[in-house]
Amino acid sequence: MAAIENNLFDIRYMETLASGSSTLHRLDPRAKLITTLIFICMVASLGKYEISRMVPFVIYPLALIIASELPILYLLKKMAIVAPFAILVGILNPFIDTQPLVQIGGVSISGGWVSFASIMLRFALTVSAALILICLTGFNGVCMALEKLKVPGPFVVQLMFLYRYLFVLIEEASRMVRARSLRSFDSRGLHFNVFVQLLGQLLLRTMDRAQRIHLAMCCRGFDGHLRLNRSMAFGYGEMRFLFSWSLLFVLARWYNLPVKIGSIIEGFFL
Amino acid sequence: MHMADALISPAVGGAMWVATAGLIGYCSKKIKEDIDDRKIPLMGVLGAFIFAAQMINFTIPVTGSSGHLGGGMILAILLGPYAAFLTMASVLTVQALFFADGGLLALGCNIFNLGFFPCFVAYPLIYKMIVKKRPTAKTLAVGATLSAIVGLQLGAFFVVLQTVFSGISELPFSTFVILMQPIHLAIGFVEGVTTAAVVMFVWKRRPEILQPVLSSQTDSKSSIQKVLMAFVIATVIVGGGLSWFASAHPDGLEWAMFKTAGVEELEAPEKGIHSTLATLQEKTAFLPDYGFKKTKMHDSEEGGQAWPAVDPGTSVSGFVGGMLTLCMAVLIGFIVKRKKAANV
Repeated sequence: MAAIENNLFDIRYMETLASGSSTLHRLDPRAKLITTLIFICMVASLGKYEISRMVPFVIYPLALIIASELPILYLLKKMAIVAPFAILVGILNPFIDTQPLVQIGGVSISGGWVSFASIMLRFALTVSAALILICLTGFNGVCMALEKLKVPGPFVVQLMFLYRYLFVLIEEASRMVRARSLRSFDSRGLHFNVFVQLLGQLLLRTMDRAQRIHLAMCCRGFDGHLRLNRSMAFGYGEMRFLFSWSLLFVLARWYNLPVKIGSIIEGFFL
Repeated sequence: MHMADALISPAVGGAMWVATAGLIGYCSKKIKEDIDDRKIPLMGVLGAFIFAAQMINFTIPVTGSSGHLGGGMILAILLGPYAAFLTMASVLTVQALFFADGGLLALGCNIFNLGFFPCFVAYPLIYKMIVKKRPTAKTLAVGATLSAIVGLQLGAFFVVLQTVFSGISELPFSTFVILMQPIHLAIGFVEGVTTAAVVMFVWKRRPEILQPVLSSQTDSKSSIQKVLMAFVIATVIVGGGLSWFASAHPDGLEWAMFKTAGVEELEAPEKGIHSTLATLQEKTAFLPDYGFKKTKMHDSEEGGQAWPAVDPGTSVSGFVGGMLTLCMAVLIGFIVKRKKAANV
């Protein structure tokens, strides 16, 4: 229960972040959405041993975080919460793939460790990119971008519905749980029968609520579309954002930038 | 059981996106055809209900853990497969964006695993076969429990398939299956029992909620649905089968994925530059491109010969370069910040 309430708090906090007014915040949501998708595809398309190519990609989340003053510690904490699945699946790599792959100084590192590190790095990159997208754009912004990008209407409309009523229903559920726990002194756990009663009641209330909402919307002329009072313009700034980042991703994907820089430096000093 | 971006290759992610996008488009069309636009707010609010329902946990006796309601099956039972699939897709989208559960590239996989199987496999083939047109308490309970279990098992199995085909994790297929299926049998059982209990609750108090979904869906079983299902299943099976075959010939999989899943736009650039890339890499590779297509079995067998003797020189330059790139990234960030501060 605490977890969901924390999540609710998280959503509100991220929505607050999204209401900022930096240049990046004001950018058309479509540009940010597409750039994020390109970024994720590029990172995911790298081979499992290619850590050195993955490093330049760090620039994108880092630059966005710093430029728009997002709280970096908060984002790191959010990433840590979801890390266990990636760790769980990746942690066996070092034990299965023991072929030595890299030598730094006298220490040789096995392919398994390298691919584990690449899983963690790619996890950090992809998750942070998605979080940054939502912190800069807000959920409704993303939905609007989806609608403009010709994602089917009913899907987008009910996505926005879901988001709107998430808060209402989670609060209703937490009121019910709180009311029950205040009235049951000794029993700490929730028995199955009581659980079903609570859940069933919540479900029936939810369906009644949906009907009321629908009637109210019909009174106001709902015809299957939601009209949003926010203009979007894909202008020069958006083009620049999209193309310069994409160019960087493509370069970093196909040229091993760190090695290039490293060999230049070495050639200079040695 | 959410797939994560970190474990998935673009070929697999892209193929699942295509399948999922097709399904979303098809379901949206179906919903639009349905004159009853009462369903649209109902879907959204029920999606929110799925989140809210997870606040209410019951204690599982003896184990000391707790369980809560899962998503897909209860939605399918209340809304019918099309609306339920769209609702599940939006639930997962919200989870991917806010809770970083799964990821954007893996979203296609997640929607497919957690939405397609309950709505289009377990619901029509199990729930409706058991419940028929005239539900009774007993058939409702059995149908809901069984279909939830089967839906989750199929979903878990596909998580395994997608992970193995992506070839990023080293987990062998058999180990992963043995790990995932029993865990999800237990989870599926809890989900099945809670789903059945809630369906019974609704059935006792408001049977009219469950009846129309059952009767309306039977009539509108169109041939398009069958064609689409066949297409999706064929894509998955052919893609999967060919990639097993192709794992011995790394370039074959690339080809198979292009032909079967139609993900050219994701992959085409890589293919185009592939040859120039190879020559470039010989000069520059810190960690030679091993290609992301091979499965782990192949890797470990061939690893010995495939890896050239490690040259400490290039390793060091790669390491130095990597560190420098990181520093540059931070530096760029700070310059941007300074510039911004100056502007303000």
